[in-house]
Amino acid sequence: MDYGFTEQQIMIRDLARQIAEEKVLPIRAELDEKEEFPFEAMNALADADLFGIYIPEAYGGFGGGALELCIATEEISRICGGVAVSYAANALGAYPILLHGTEEQKQKYLPDIAAGRKFCAFALTEPNVGSDASAVETTAKRDGDYYILNGSKQWITNGGVAGTLTVMATVNKAKGARGLTAFIVESGMPGFTLGKKEKKLGIRCSDTRVLYFDNCRVPAANRLGREGDGFRVAMNTFDCSRPGIGAQAVGIAQGAYEEAVKFAKTREQFGQKIIGFQAIQHMLADMATQIEAARLLVYQAAREVDKNSKDGPKISAMAKMYASDVAMKVTTDALQICGGAGYMREYPVEKYFRDAKITQIYEGTNQIQRNVIALSIIRESRDWK
Amino acid sequence: MRIVVCIKQVPDVTDVKINPQTNTLIREGVPSIINPFDTYAIEEGVRLREKFGGTVIVLTMGPPQAETALRQAVEAGADEMILLSDRAFAGSDTLATSYALAAAIRKIGNVDIILCGKQAMDGDTGQVGPGIAEFLDLPLVTYVKKIEEVEPGKRIRVEAMNDYGYNVYEAPLPCVMTVVKEINEPRMPSLRTKMKAKSAKLTTWKAEDIGAPPERIGLAGSPTAVWKIFTPKPRSGGEILHGSISEMADQLYAKLKERLVI
Ligand SMILES: Cc1cc2nc3c(=O)[nH]c(=O)nc-3n(C[C@H](O)[C@H](O)[C@H](O)COP(=O)(O)OP(=O)(O)OC[C@H]3O[C@@H](n4cnc5c(N)ncnc54)[C@H](O)[C@@H]3O)c2cc1C
Ligand SMILES: Cc1cc2nc3c(=O)[nH]c(=O)nc-3n(C[C@H](O)[C@H](O)[C@H](O)COP(=O)(O)OP(=O)(O)OC[C@H]3O[C@@H](n4cnc5c(N)ncnc54)[C@H](O)[C@@H]3O)c2cc1C
Repeated sequence: MDYGFTEQQIMIRDLARQIAEEKVLPIRAELDEKEEFPFEAMNALADADLFGIYIPEAYGGFGGGALELCIATEEISRICGGVAVSYAANALGAYPILLHGTEEQKQKYLPDIAAGRKFCAFALTEPNVGSDASAVETTAKRDGDYYILNGSKQWITNGGVAGTLTVMATVNKAKGARGLTAFIVESGMPGFTLGKKEKKLGIRCSDTRVLYFDNCRVPAANRLGREGDGFRVAMNTFDCSRPGIGAQAVGIAQGAYEEAVKFAKTREQFGQKIIGFQAIQHMLADMATQIEAARLLVYQAAREVDKNSKDGPKISAMAKMYASDVAMKVTTDALQICGGAGYMREYPVEKYFRDAKITQIYEGTNQIQRNVIALSIIRESRDWK
Repeated sequence: MRIVVCIKQVPDVTDVKINPQTNTLIREGVPSIINPFDTYAIEEGVRLREKFGGTVIVLTMGPPQAETALRQAVEAGADEMILLSDRAFAGSDTLATSYALAAAIRKIGNVDIILCGKQAMDGDTGQVGPGIAEFLDLPLVTYVKKIEEVEPGKRIRVEAMNDYGYNVYEAPLPCVMTVVKEINEPRMPSLRTKMKAKSAKLTTWKAEDIGAPPERIGLAGSPTAVWKIFTPKPRSGGEILHGSISEMADQLYAKLKERLVI
């Protein structure tokens, strides 16, 4: 199908597919089983220049945007959701710098991220801070040319491998959302240490960490925006990155769907291939339709983000929510079509099913996405006649 | 360092089908690829450039569609592309092909290293690399599996496969080498090289551009005659003997005797 991609976008898709099929497919089961970070796959993606596809050329990238990132993420997710999130989380960490960094901050940090020389992470969530991002408890106290960070973060993707992290802290807890401030933290800064690596249901090769800040000294020059801008930094970041979660969901759904079709065409029961049963055919038809609808919504959301349009936040939330719900439904049905074989770890379908679930949770649960969409509806409808 | 890599575009089939009437390859509907051995030659050229600087020029003689192979070579890391294409080259055998490639390399000029694959997947003779060396009067090392050391402008030390292991050779530069697949693992294309391949300028040379007289190229310059191309009969399945060891030994003895082997 022609999705109106540019020549460069087609190159990105082909490269991502080639790497996924040649370098990730042979090792995905082992990565999942051993819960090992996919360094080799990351290096292959970096060598192919795919870490820089959403970063401007001035900072060592290729000048694309959210759509380019979605195209690559979808292709990788079609083979392995864990590798895909390890890749895409770099963008989540880089967006705050891209959107709110000063020229110096961009020059200093983006080229290494664009080249894949340094991994990147985004740290907002804390033990007591989930959906309510304004409640951040990690504190940042000004001390001359430095800020002193104290507190902890949890469930931070790429936390253990990142060289550059954007971290949300509060300069004044009493101010709530208006106290939030974003900082660029380097992994070697004194007072920054790693906690345990989480064991998870899905995307198991990705590195999900607890981070500790114990009088961590961060140069004031590493503050993103002004004090109190942090909430805006986080929300703008999510507006840009959410289509990427949608793309992950579409890729996971697509991979599971393809496995289901292949299985249905070979498995025989009652003297015929099970794809001959209308019940199976209708499931496949629904899956294919839902995936296509989700994909189109994701691409459109990414295009709105890249145009910086006012519809960006709403449609991004829609794309993330819809595509992730589709991924859960499609992977459930794909597993069903494969029957007992689908439940076995020897086959890839149960992994798609496990990997799909996270897309309904992170970067804002789907309940929170509905809140975002509803807020837009209320705003838009104010001046309806 | 100026490096020329000679590549050949071949049909992407491991089981090449032959038209029994005309004794020629059936090429219709078969996608073309770079001769697999040549991908290692490209990669080695790119590695030399990364180490010593310079330019990797890919050269092929073939029909206009061989441009695709050249662009794939740029995707794999090469810098410049030259296509030798002219009706006058049609029907060239390995002698005429080597002659034309050598003339092109002379025209390129100031070349330090010429890399070829060990052999082409379709023609399979392994003669073109040596032919080029002969026409250019340059030293030749075949079946190179490792470049140990290079002194740019001076000499090179390489490991070359033989039936039992490998020989270490030193050669003055410039020289010609043919490479085997053990030499490296070709990299995947990157977005940068793909974009470069899309816009890279194609240089096309005709016979007269390289000063090749008609009697040295094409059919006229090709003394080889293809008499017959045939598929050898597959070997029959063999026979497995059963019974105790001494029974089988007796059966074996009887059979060998029957066939007058002993
Ligand atoms: C594998 C993994 C990786 C992650 N990576 C990162 C990362 O890189 N960086 C980072 O900062 N965070 C990360 N997170 C955290 C993730 O973003 C949060 O888990 C998510 O935002 C939800 O927060 P919570 O888990 O605390 O759920 P809670 O906020 O406690 O929510 C629990 C339930 O209540 C519902 N709920 C909450 N508030 C409302 C409401 N107002 N209306 C309706 N329902 C509501 C939620 O939808 C959910 O169903 C990651 C999480 C996981 C599991
Ligand atoms: C079925 C068939 C029909 C043929 N028809 C004719 C014919 O009608 N008349 C005739 O005289 N000859 C014909 N040939 C021979 C043809 O000329 C040879 O294929 C050609 O010379 C290359 O030889 P090779 O394939 O053995 O390559 P090899 O010598 O095995 O190749 C070694 C290396 O030389 C380089 N190389 C080879 N060819 C080229 C090239 N074209 N451009 C750049 N580099 C190259 C590559 O690096 C390659 O790895 C035919 C061959 C076959 C198989």
